[in-house]
Amino acid sequence: MKGSLTIVSFFFIGTILGVYKLVPTELLETDYSMFVLYFLMFLVGISIGSDKHALKTIFNQNWKVVLVPLATIVGTFIGCISITPLLSNLSFKDSLAIGSGFGYYSLSSIFISQYKGVEMGTIALTSNIMREILTLMLTPILVSKWGKLAPISAGGATSMDTTLPIITKYAGKEYVPIAVFHGIAVDFSVPFLVTFFATL
Amino acid sequence: MLIVIGIMFFGVSVGLLLRNNPPKLLPKFINLVIYALLLMLGISVGANEMIVNNLHTLGVQALIITLGALAGSILLSWLLFRYLFK
Repeated sequence: MKGSLTIVSFFFIGTILGVYKLVPTELLETDYSMFVLYFLMFLVGISIGSDKHALKTIFNQNWKVVLVPLATIVGTFIGCISITPLLSNLSFKDSLAIGSGFGYYSLSSIFISQYKGVEMGTIALTSNIMREILTLMLTPILVSKWGKLAPISAGGATSMDTTLPIITKYAGKEYVPIAVFHGIAVDFSVPFLVTFFATL
Repeated sequence: MLIVIGIMFFGVSVGLLLRNNPPKLLPKFINLVIYALLLMLGISVGANEMIVNNLHTLGVQALIITLGALAGSILLSWLLFRYLFK
């Protein structure tokens, strides 16, 4: 809980700084976060490599790993179909196309803008950014209430990079191989599924 | 995307070299970097005018879709975790 709160606070403070442009313009224009992420991945790598127990687990994965991305994708579809009635002017196909981004906001919004227009593209962008942000913020709660696979599924395509550090921290190093495999699998499916639903 | 995984594997190799002497303050340091990353994410979201201007209309719809998608994913992953991973 405390972990989530701290994370939310930092994100919230950042939003304020961004909105009121309280940071030097250099910081706003260049995307330094990519480099910080690279650095973080390096550190996570070291923490895995230096852990003798974790190394043993990585090489002992089994077939169950494949079920995790399946759960994410099918679950997302069920969820998107279920909430569509709450949306005034979006169809099932629209929600499914947007949901098929699985957090991969850059690519999915580009595809959707192409097939469905800029407004739909913006919703896709916002929705998938929110998916990533909510996963980052809620991982501690997700793990404690819904198990260690929950943040991996929630993160969707991001479970292999942006949300991986936080998943590692709260679900444990043993889940890193699953998270990476899951992220890659879901990431791969995004172009196919988004295009499929957007052109239906 | 591939760069990120590549960097992680590079980190793993460095970690392998250190496995008989693992760095003790690493977990705490990782926390700090995570917080910094969140701060920067917030900054880029706040500074993005397209997102900020359209928050009221498009934001609500986006949030509803996100919550639906997340609920579905989390539910299925929870069932999977309960029955196959524990």
